[in-house]
Amino acid sequence: MTIGLTHYLVLSAVLFCIGLYGALTRRNAVIILMCIELMLNAVNISLIAFSSYIVPQLLTGQVFAIFVMVVAAAEVAVGLGIILAIFRHFTNIDIDNINLLKW
Amino acid sequence: MGQAAAFWIMAVVMVLAAFAVIFLRNVFRAALALILCFIAVAGIYITLSADFLAAVQILVYVGAISVLIILAIMMTRGIQKGNPVNKMELPAAIAATLLLGILVYVVTTTPWSISAQTPLTPTTIPLANKLFSENGFILPVEIGAALLLAAILGAIVITRENKK
Repeated sequence: MTIGLTHYLVLSAVLFCIGLYGALTRRNAVIILMCIELMLNAVNISLIAFSSYIVPQLLTGQVFAIFVMVVAAAEVAVGLGIILAIFRHFTNIDIDNINLLKW
Repeated sequence: MGQAAAFWIMAVVMVLAAFAVIFLRNVFRAALALILCFIAVAGIYITLSADFLAAVQILVYVGAISVLIILAIMMTRGIQKGNPVNKMELPAAIAATLLLGILVYVVTTTPWSISAQTPLTPTTIPLANKLFSENGFILPVEIGAALLLAAILGAIVITRENKK
């Protein structure tokens, strides 16, 4: 059985759903950030799979994957900064206990 | 044949590592599993003949982002009692499974217009031409540079202690 576009897309969907489940259920902010990274990687896999199976000579999907990586790096830097600031303020990074904006 | 074997090995390693990220009790081990998952994703990129992106994946994710995450885990240590879940476990599991089902259904029933051409194999030079040429993606590259600068400044400002 030869590997086709569908295999990569299903793999990407599986990884995305694992990341989604983790991001929705965990209470540790660092774990949530790691799950978001998993989801971004899933999107990158599908972008590159589309790029190499549908427009193999154009590389457009790979360019988009590079931009996704840039945004992911920025997001991780700012997100971990926010987590450290929260930790310093509350001495806790349990998302369920950080509800200042809840009414 | 080699591509199929590599794909299945990388896919199994990747999915197992992703489950380990979620279900391991120890946060530090979850971060190590995340690194393994990133490496497997780089292998997937290689099977898709995206060699430059595989190298970037190793450099950026395995090299930089993992170090940042482990640094954050070290800085917030002492409160890492397991990997607790909130009350949304069952609804989130149902939602994720539903989304997975819908995605798999859509992916398998859509008639993709697969191109017959072979992918470009050394992708570095064509990617550079695409990113930096006049009619390419030079404006998004510049905006990305500004975004990274803003993110660095923001991270410094947020993380710095206020000693007044």
